[in-house]
Amino acid sequence: MAHAYTPGLRVNKETLISKTRRLPLKGQVVVKKGDVLGALDVVARTELPGNVQPLKAASILGVHQQDLEEYMLKNPGDSVEKDEIIATAKSFFGLFKSHVRSPITGTLESVSTITGQLILREPPVPVEVTAYFDGTVSEILEEEGVVMEAVGSFIQGIFGVGGEVAGDLVVVVSGPEDELHADLLKPEHRGKIVVGGSRVHLDAVSRARELGVHGIVVGGIDDADLREILGYDLGVAITGHEDIGVTVVVTEGFGRINMAARTFELLGSHVGRQASINGATQIRAGVMRPEVIVPTQTVLTDVQHVEKEPEGLGIGSQIRAIRVPFFGRLGEVTELPPELQKLESEATVRVLKVRFQDGEEATIPRANVEMIET
Amino acid sequence: MSGELKSILATDCGSTTTKAILIEKQGDTYRLVVRGEAPTTVEAPFEDVTRGVLNAVMEVEELAGRKLLDGDRIITPRNGDEGVDVYLSTSSAGGGLQMMVTGVVKSMSGESAERAALGAGAIVMDIVASNDGRLPHEKIRRIRDLRPDMILLSGGIDGGTKTHVVELAEIIAAADPKPRLGIGYNLPVIYAGNKEARTEIEEQLADKCSLVVTDNLRPVMERENLMPARHKIHDLFMEHVMAQAPGYKKLMAWTSAPIMPTPAAVGNIIQTIAKRESIEVVGVDIGGATTDVFSVFEDVFNRTVSANLGMSYSVSNVLAEAGLPNVMRWVPFDLDESELRNRIKNKMIRPTTIPQSLEELMIEQAIAREALRLAFTQHKALAVGLKGVQQERTISDTFDQSGSGDTLINLMNLNLLVGSGGVLSHAPRRIQTVMMLLDAFLPEGVTELAVDSIFMMPQLGVLAQVNERAATDVFVQDCLIHLGTAVAPVGKGKDGQKALTADIQFREPRRFEVNYGSLLQIPLEVGQTVEATLTPAGKLDLGEGNGKAIRCTLKGGIGGIILDCRGRRPFEIPTDPSSRIKKLTEWTEALGVYGPALETELQSADRG
Repeated sequence: MAHAYTPGLRVNKETLISKTRRLPLKGQVVVKKGDVLGALDVVARTELPGNVQPLKAASILGVHQQDLEEYMLKNPGDSVEKDEIIATAKSFFGLFKSHVRSPITGTLESVSTITGQLILREPPVPVEVTAYFDGTVSEILEEEGVVMEAVGSFIQGIFGVGGEVAGDLVVVVSGPEDELHADLLKPEHRGKIVVGGSRVHLDAVSRARELGVHGIVVGGIDDADLREILGYDLGVAITGHEDIGVTVVVTEGFGRINMAARTFELLGSHVGRQASINGATQIRAGVMRPEVIVPTQTVLTDVQHVEKEPEGLGIGSQIRAIRVPFFGRLGEVTELPPELQKLESEATVRVLKVRFQDGEEATIPRANVEMIET
Repeated sequence: MSGELKSILATDCGSTTTKAILIEKQGDTYRLVVRGEAPTTVEAPFEDVTRGVLNAVMEVEELAGRKLLDGDRIITPRNGDEGVDVYLSTSSAGGGLQMMVTGVVKSMSGESAERAALGAGAIVMDIVASNDGRLPHEKIRRIRDLRPDMILLSGGIDGGTKTHVVELAEIIAAADPKPRLGIGYNLPVIYAGNKEARTEIEEQLADKCSLVVTDNLRPVMERENLMPARHKIHDLFMEHVMAQAPGYKKLMAWTSAPIMPTPAAVGNIIQTIAKRESIEVVGVDIGGATTDVFSVFEDVFNRTVSANLGMSYSVSNVLAEAGLPNVMRWVPFDLDESELRNRIKNKMIRPTTIPQSLEELMIEQAIAREALRLAFTQHKALAVGLKGVQQERTISDTFDQSGSGDTLINLMNLNLLVGSGGVLSHAPRRIQTVMMLLDAFLPEGVTELAVDSIFMMPQLGVLAQVNERAATDVFVQDCLIHLGTAVAPVGKGKDGQKALTADIQFREPRRFEVNYGSLLQIPLEVGQTVEATLTPAGKLDLGEGNGKAIRCTLKGGIGGIILDCRGRRPFEIPTDPSSRIKKLTEWTEALGVYGPALETELQSADRG
């Protein structure tokens, strides 16, 4: 086999970026095809049914559940205010009254004479979907959302935490091997997306939160630091919903790993431009990686950038080793031997030969490299 | 259909790979002829499961040199040399069958409902019970957020109080859950609770869900009746869940018997074997995301799935659940904690990588031991007391329910332990698989060990429903790789003192003595058996009592006979690092697990 395809993370300098922005339920699309939008502009909105609160009314009133309806002051479908009396019962010849007050503002949904329960529903919760990045609405999905497009740089990370944010890019280290410490973050970085080098330290993440930095893009993070940031040990890589005040996109992996030079240079070339990033990661079937989007052309006249077909892994391909003992090192494929080879672990697998950037050569299982896609 | 079958094609549509096997009758027996595989095509861009099936069958066709396909159609019935007599399939694509179950008391009807769902091959996402400690609105939110494929609603004994189970129905109605796949149909809800409450349940749910009513799975306190609920789960899995997945309507029309959820099929073959051989069996399948454990003890089948214990997607969770010291106790060298943490997280985010260095392999196998141990612990907690279908406990046992009763798992009675899944099936040396199984399960007395190297248990499980003989023939002859037999006395002895004397009848009688704290491997090839008298030392037990000898037949395998005198109850590993490393090195060297291989590592005997 002359070629093998090992999907890698995308690092595109200029490409057509297209994202579907969809509501969780059907709703209303508030923009038109061809509209040019900013990242924070709303494209669609809907209302999620409100939360439900059951209430054991019969036992509060001290009445039999079959008789509950007699004591109700409200009927199913009626609106209720928080603390409003919605049922009442008299006892001991009318001397004592007991009341049921609504714990919420909303509507009374049902009254059960079997369980003695009331079901109350809170008002609907509005949900909005934004454009996410500066670009043009290229397609309307009726009642569901839109497709947003722009031309620009697109970089996939390997792992992230935190959701969608936008801000101007700023590089705070001098090279991809530098570590990102708290002292590099200044008040002027508020609202920005900060680019670090090989590792972000816990103190830097804490400082970023204090300062109101929107996002951090960095080569590596230590698992022990991540645990401190999240407050728990991450068991499964499904992220994006963390409420930690700052979104972190890791481009290489866990530990101290230099950010790939190409990625660092590309981000550096966009300093001052607005970037949109998302830490959401899902490593399951239907994998989802975190990303950095830097639009350079938001008004699309016609589509002049066609995505390249992913090429197979071949001689000369640029790769990144993704497992010990060569973890994080970058190099070029020099040979793709077709026959299986025995590793030190004695597993017999398909391998490739690589020349690392420092000239060292090694044999690595093909499963342990990923292509740097351009 | 059975008895006349000459040629059988079976596929298993997994979440990543679709595997096809061709089985044919050769003389008096059924044998595996060839196997093929192809990527599963449920997701974009194909969104049609049959594409992957056809690709896998095409590979089988090429390898077998026989025409099985006519364009996009599997040729059945067989026409001379073309096609097959039956085509069968299992499926776990799209994440398998994800269910939520409810019960009034969590440890009673809740646990029974969980057993019913697990036995039907489902992943149980949550158990909602009246006494689970959550507030009603929290339960409602949970049901909404999880979006199960199906809900099993149970609770209350027949004729008992209705209030609680109707309350659970109200909670489901208020949540108004939407199914995970497809938007054009109502969520299936099976009611298997107090039969007196059926009218009220229908009032609550009939308009909002696709409600199916079946017999109470706990009709009286001291009896479970799980089969009616399990059958309904299978029916609804086919009618609703599978029918929504891309391409399954077509696939359902192709198969000669209903498509089964993969774990249900594996459970089926394990039960078939236990029944046929009259043995007690434990099977385990350790995957990237989940670990399934199956057991048959005292004719009762149990299955559990540990949804977040696995070797790639869930590898980091193994560390979180087991704790670092428990993983480290299996690592025979020094390693910095933060380095180990980062390595495990890097495996989580790049799940398809493989260990290149020996150290990496050792770490991976250390984690596997903990994943297996934890999954087995969870299994023991669920495979308890109250016995399966129509079997009664005495009323006095009923009161033990709060503690979930005694586990049915009796390792001393376990005859066969079968492992499956990448880390066990593809270990570079089979003896590594033996060692992982021994360390994780700690079998007691005499136990045969085996591995299903190409994972064809699912296909054989569905075949067992059509033709039991064909399934068991292939299971015994082609599916299992016999690893050998372990002998492990139970009890605590003194390091270095004699623990076991084994008198084994080879051509010449031979005597082996093993000290406490040690392991000894005796070569005995696959297919060979020997008679043995095994005498444990004073305070150690092989099932007949302390110091009492047993006579038995020991079966050979790639790992031969392993005399494991490291102790059971307790099994101890030194905690200080240098003693730990010394002890682990001594054990792995005794069996040739790593480093120079021993002669008994007969990889050539593999048939995978």
